[in-house]
Amino acid sequence: MSLDSSTTVATGGTAGLRPPGGAPPATGFRIGLAARRLGALIALAVLILLNLAITPHFATMQTLSVNLTQICTIVIVGVGMTLVIATGGIDLSVGSLMAISGALAPGFFTGALFHGGNLYVNIGFGIVIPVMVAGLFGLFNGWLVSSFRIQPIIATLILFIAGRGIAQVWTNGDLQVFKAPEFQAIALGHVLGVPFQVWIMLVFVIAAAWMLRKTVFGRQLLAVGGNEPAARLAGVPVKRVKRLVYVISGLCSGVAGLIVIAMNSAADANLIGMGVELDAIAAVAVGGTLLSGGRATVVGTLIGALIIQLVRYTLLANGVPDAAALIAKAALIVLAVWLQRQERA
Amino acid sequence: MANEPLLSMHGIDKRFGLAPALVGAHLDVLPGEVMALIGQNGAGKSTMIKVLNGFVKHDAGTIQFEGKPWAAASPEVAQRAGISTIFQEINLIPFRSVVENIYLGREIRNRAGFLRWRQMTIAAKTLLDEFGIAIDVEAPLGHYSTAIQQMVAIARAVSFNARLVIMDESTSSLDDHEVQVLFATIRRLKQQGVAVIFVSHKLDELYAVCDRVTVMRDGRTVAVASMAEMNKLQLVATMLGRDLAEVRKQGATAFSASARPPGAEVLAVENLAVGRRVTNASLNVRRGEIVGLAGLLGSGRTETARAIFGADARGGGEIRLNGKPVTFTEPHDAIASGIGFCSEDRKQEGIIPGMSVRENMTLALLPALSRSGLVDEARQRKIVERFIADIGIKCSSPDQPIRELSGGNQQKVLLARWLCMNPELLIFDEPTRGIDVGAKAEIQKLIRRLADDGLGVLMISSELEEIVEGADRTFVLRDGRTVSTFDRAEASEATLMDAMAHGTAA
Repeated sequence: MSLDSSTTVATGGTAGLRPPGGAPPATGFRIGLAARRLGALIALAVLILLNLAITPHFATMQTLSVNLTQICTIVIVGVGMTLVIATGGIDLSVGSLMAISGALAPGFFTGALFHGGNLYVNIGFGIVIPVMVAGLFGLFNGWLVSSFRIQPIIATLILFIAGRGIAQVWTNGDLQVFKAPEFQAIALGHVLGVPFQVWIMLVFVIAAAWMLRKTVFGRQLLAVGGNEPAARLAGVPVKRVKRLVYVISGLCSGVAGLIVIAMNSAADANLIGMGVELDAIAAVAVGGTLLSGGRATVVGTLIGALIIQLVRYTLLANGVPDAAALIAKAALIVLAVWLQRQERA
Repeated sequence: MANEPLLSMHGIDKRFGLAPALVGAHLDVLPGEVMALIGQNGAGKSTMIKVLNGFVKHDAGTIQFEGKPWAAASPEVAQRAGISTIFQEINLIPFRSVVENIYLGREIRNRAGFLRWRQMTIAAKTLLDEFGIAIDVEAPLGHYSTAIQQMVAIARAVSFNARLVIMDESTSSLDDHEVQVLFATIRRLKQQGVAVIFVSHKLDELYAVCDRVTVMRDGRTVAVASMAEMNKLQLVATMLGRDLAEVRKQGATAFSASARPPGAEVLAVENLAVGRRVTNASLNVRRGEIVGLAGLLGSGRTETARAIFGADARGGGEIRLNGKPVTFTEPHDAIASGIGFCSEDRKQEGIIPGMSVRENMTLALLPALSRSGLVDEARQRKIVERFIADIGIKCSSPDQPIRELSGGNQQKVLLARWLCMNPELLIFDEPTRGIDVGAKAEIQKLIRRLADDGLGVLMISSELEEIVEGADRTFVLRDGRTVSTFDRAEASEATLMDAMAHGTAA
């Protein structure tokens, strides 16, 4: 993954995006900037090298699979979160929307709720309907934020609380256990030796990075985060853009919810996506997206999630208890925020 | 004793970075006197106040208050030492009660450190009674009108034993009746021997309540006089730095007269009302002409422009574009109908600082530049390069972040943002503010060229020469109403100033 072409979807002035002809005005400054922008990638490389040296059985396919599957749902949710944060917002409801999607799905793909006549039609419904429902809840978030100007943290707190309740009411609080290998393939299947969910994650990351960089919506989204009044006066449909990012965040959460239940062969509305909002925000922050909006890197979010996961893995594999790993994770976030401050100064 | 000034500021210098904000400015206030402090934007009056109340530190000069050297480290310290500032936006806490607001930061406590509510409530009531305000002091401050809130702020100031109260644009959010209540309060302060520095752009108010006036321009104190000695026209002339005798002088701007007669009417605005600031504004713009919109600060120029552009909701009146009545709820709609708007505040409302020149320039054009949502980057690059060359934007590459450009070049990028849309009407709010002389002339020439090419231009400017020399016709706003219209031949700095100072609606 080359950082030059796809990583940093900044709103301008990145070292990687400069055309070959444009001479940098101040070389030292540009190098410093590049180093900070590349910081996450360098940290990841250091972690990998460190593990190759000290952790037994690190360079195996299994280790790779374990680590990647650990971050799949976080990254998929993190993609939506990155876009929301790029507009200057935040979405706390992602975990609860995962629970809604995960709680809805079994009724469809097992045919218990609605029988489409064919297993694959059922699975189709079991994927599309829960994801759409999560997207609609995302629209609700976006509607609160854009039309009523409610602070995003409060607006999405509503569904953070109510969403899980809705999921629990839908399932009567019961654990739904199922065996549906055809459906579960979305998480458990392998393509080219890599778990299928990892491919899904990569598709999300690449699609979002491309969208940010190449589409009108992507540029408008960054403009809204960069200077909302100016964007509005330049004719950017600020409300529509905001609504749409929350819808995307909802859709991402819906997909992540399906992957979780597929992995577990069970849907437990109490647990699906518990705490994922914070993991996703941490990945976004460590990845280098500005929390104040206006600059975003989706690939950075992937790298951020990888770093957090690898730090934890390194500590666990070397006999450090999980509790201590939490402290390391917090330290990483502090470091990332500090780096962002340096850049602004 | 009475001739001994209460406050005396002399030779005050202050620089922000390289730009001088105050150059040897002075201000004297006598005990129990109401002193008007006036000047255009950037004249230095707010800096002067900030120096006085300790918000910023001056570089040179002396300040004496009650005969002693004065040095406040912060507005809080200044307040305790006898100088209180009432800001335009009341800096009290709306959700807390009136009592709490009055005693904020110096609550009365008993020995155990608990608050003595009863004592504070009674004291607050007595205090407000002195000002003739009878309200429930235990209700949240936010329940009351802005005027009452301002009275509470003043009462709070006085309870600090203030001997000088500074009112910065205190009347701008008050209605007529509330202004009268405020004036009564000021007169009461005067009786108690408290001096007031009164900052306002509404000249009538100055004559109603002030004893003397200090006029500032370009960081200097240019005149001090008693209100009775100076009529409104002299006041405006001094503020703008125009010698009434030699108003007729050679052109100071790069504007030239229109090359062609104007075409059909593009925009017509009738009896527009917006919020409190605009009550009855009317104007029209034809193709190929530059229409000036003049008026003092606070006369409603920007509000009128924003309402035309759909950025603020209009309260009444009609707007017609090419003869058809239109209602824009968002700038988006106005842009789709062929209107562009360059805000006076480039930094807050114009540029997206982190984005490149290219992205800033094509922000409004993006939807038209794309096929099925995908930006056509080749076309984008072509358009951007054409405009960079065409209007001479100096940047290292189209991908340079716009925040690194000079003010003049940023303004050109924002201008190009609209030009690439092929608009029918462009609204400029202070197009040359904060721009160096060279770039200023270039932008003025450009605006004329655009009009000659058939564009309708509405230009707001505080610089009279820009209006007199640039505009083919001029509308003058005063207190939210259109009070005069001038053709190019009729418009002179003298006639404009006269209309701005005491024009009345025809």
